Amino acid sequence: MSELIATRKGLGDELVALGKENEDIYVVDVDIAKSCMTTTFAKTLPEQHVNVGIAEQDAAGVAAGLATCGKIPFVVTYAVFGSLRMCEQIRQEICYPKLNVKIACSHGGVTPANDGASHQCIEDMGVLRTLPNMTVIMPADYWSARKLIRAAAEMDGPCYLRFTRDAIPVIYDENDTFEIGKAKQLRDGSDVAIIANGDTVRLAITAAEQLAADGISARVIDMHTVKPLDKAAVEACVNDIGKIITVEDHNIINGLGGAVCEVVAEMGKGKVKRIGIQDQFGMSAPYERLLAINGITVENIVEQAKAI
Amino acid sequence: MNKEITIEELKERAKQLRKTAVTMIYEAQSGHPGGSLSIADIVACLYFREMNVDPKNPRWPDRDRFILSKGHVCPIQYSALGILGYFPEEDLHTLRKEGSKLQGHPSMTKCPGIDISTGSLGQGLSCGVGMALAGKRDKKDYMVYVVVGDGEADEGQIWEAVMCAYRYQLDNLVVIIDNNGLQLDGTTDEIMPHLDLTKKFDAFGYDTYEIDGHNMEEIVATFDKIQTVKNGKPKFVNAHTVKGKGVSYMENQLAWHGAAPNDEQYAQAMKELEEGI
Repeated sequence: MSELIATRKGLGDELVALGKENEDIYVVDVDIAKSCMTTTFAKTLPEQHVNVGIAEQDAAGVAAGLATCGKIPFVVTYAVFGSLRMCEQIRQEICYPKLNVKIACSHGGVTPANDGASHQCIEDMGVLRTLPNMTVIMPADYWSARKLIRAAAEMDGPCYLRFTRDAIPVIYDENDTFEIGKAKQLRDGSDVAIIANGDTVRLAITAAEQLAADGISARVIDMHTVKPLDKAAVEACVNDIGKIITVEDHNIINGLGGAVCEVVAEMGKGKVKRIGIQDQFGMSAPYERLLAINGITVENIVEQAKAI
Repeated sequence: MNKEITIEELKERAKQLRKTAVTMIYEAQSGHPGGSLSIADIVACLYFREMNVDPKNPRWPDRDRFILSKGHVCPIQYSALGILGYFPEEDLHTLRKEGSKLQGHPSMTKCPGIDISTGSLGQGLSCGVGMALAGKRDKKDYMVYVVVGDGEADEGQIWEAVMCAYRYQLDNLVVIIDNNGLQLDGTTDEIMPHLDLTKKFDAFGYDTYEIDGHNMEEIVATFDKIQTVKNGKPKFVNAHTVKGKGVSYMENQLAWHGAAPNDEQYAQAMKELEEGI
């Protein structure tokens, strides 16, 4: 975990690779191509690129129309616009007709740290996972971002993918494999399970290392797909261990922690502690500081793992 | 596409569409007759004369597209689809019933011939832009017709899409506004005045056509011409219409935006549609 790369870079790089392989791959930009890293796509593949201007609602509909003609459009914007500004358009024109549109968003969670609360989207995965037919993904690093973007392009149907604005450590390499809806276990353990996604997976890994030093054995799971959730992986944590810590750069309401709790509650056994944004708006501040304000730190994961 | 069909035959088709739509709404005791009747003549012209479609192959990639962005008036489109054989005509009796192809608002996954699901106002035109753009990029020569309500033009997304079509030079896109002057809560002038829509679209870079949306000669001449103009400019048809057209007690009456006739009203409607008011 030394090299730092924003996962939005993975978005830009993989879209170019996909677009060169398949002329039906389209990018629909909304005048933030530069910050979403799609300018290379626009320059390299202009016939597969559309920029609708600062008009996210239109972007969703244009993508839906393209999809009815066999295209595989990726609408690329910031998470706050791609989930909330476009929300009803995604519901009506993409999820209801189950069209093959991907919404790929940079600036997930508090990663647009300096931008402040208006740009820090902490609600997106919760909102979008309630839409029927929608798949919701947040990759943990550059390589998993690339692999999961490719997997999303290969699946038929609506998909929301969330990336980081700020740089985060690379934890996988290009030979790692990922399957949508299948959790990636990074470490096995018997005392506690830590289920994380996105930019918090790195914290879970470090926390598990520290716990090991204290004689506590932690299973670490990268739950990159929030919907469909890998229920079997959660059930195994409950049956094998019985104690789960969830970690996410998202509101603790209705995100990964909420989704895990739904499974655990229906099992009627097992304990969960959720770590995530404490149902409060952010502010302009350093990224790591914003995480710390919400208890999204290695130290708190360790503490909660010991306490549960 | 059937350019041989005569004006008189198209008028008969429009009459048939109106009667079928009102019957569907009567049988369902639910639906939107006012706007269905205002757009009937244009729908008849498009489906029975202008559009290149194949009812046996509804997803034919080269087909012309039709988007009813004001999806609540779908009974008029369902009537055309049923008569053309997209689905068995007896299905026309299932509007808004459980398990029906004919949902209260059009669903592309349930009903053959629906090119995009609509019902939430303001969104269909963006989808039409996507389809027209795909046609340009794929070098296909199909047309995309989008019917937008005048009340629907309150929605900001309509204007996002209007600009986008100009930006991408979509001369294969035709925006038709069913300008019947009424929306749910009142007249468009009372609720949200649009002033001169033709001037607005002209300013947005469109080729504009202003027509009487119930004059079949004018409708045919307009759409015949539009197909031949390949000048990089999207097309706008400002169709002046009468909400509830053809049924005396429904014409220009707000109450008939979304209400079903009773037995007596239905009988009168059928008589007036057949014989004229």
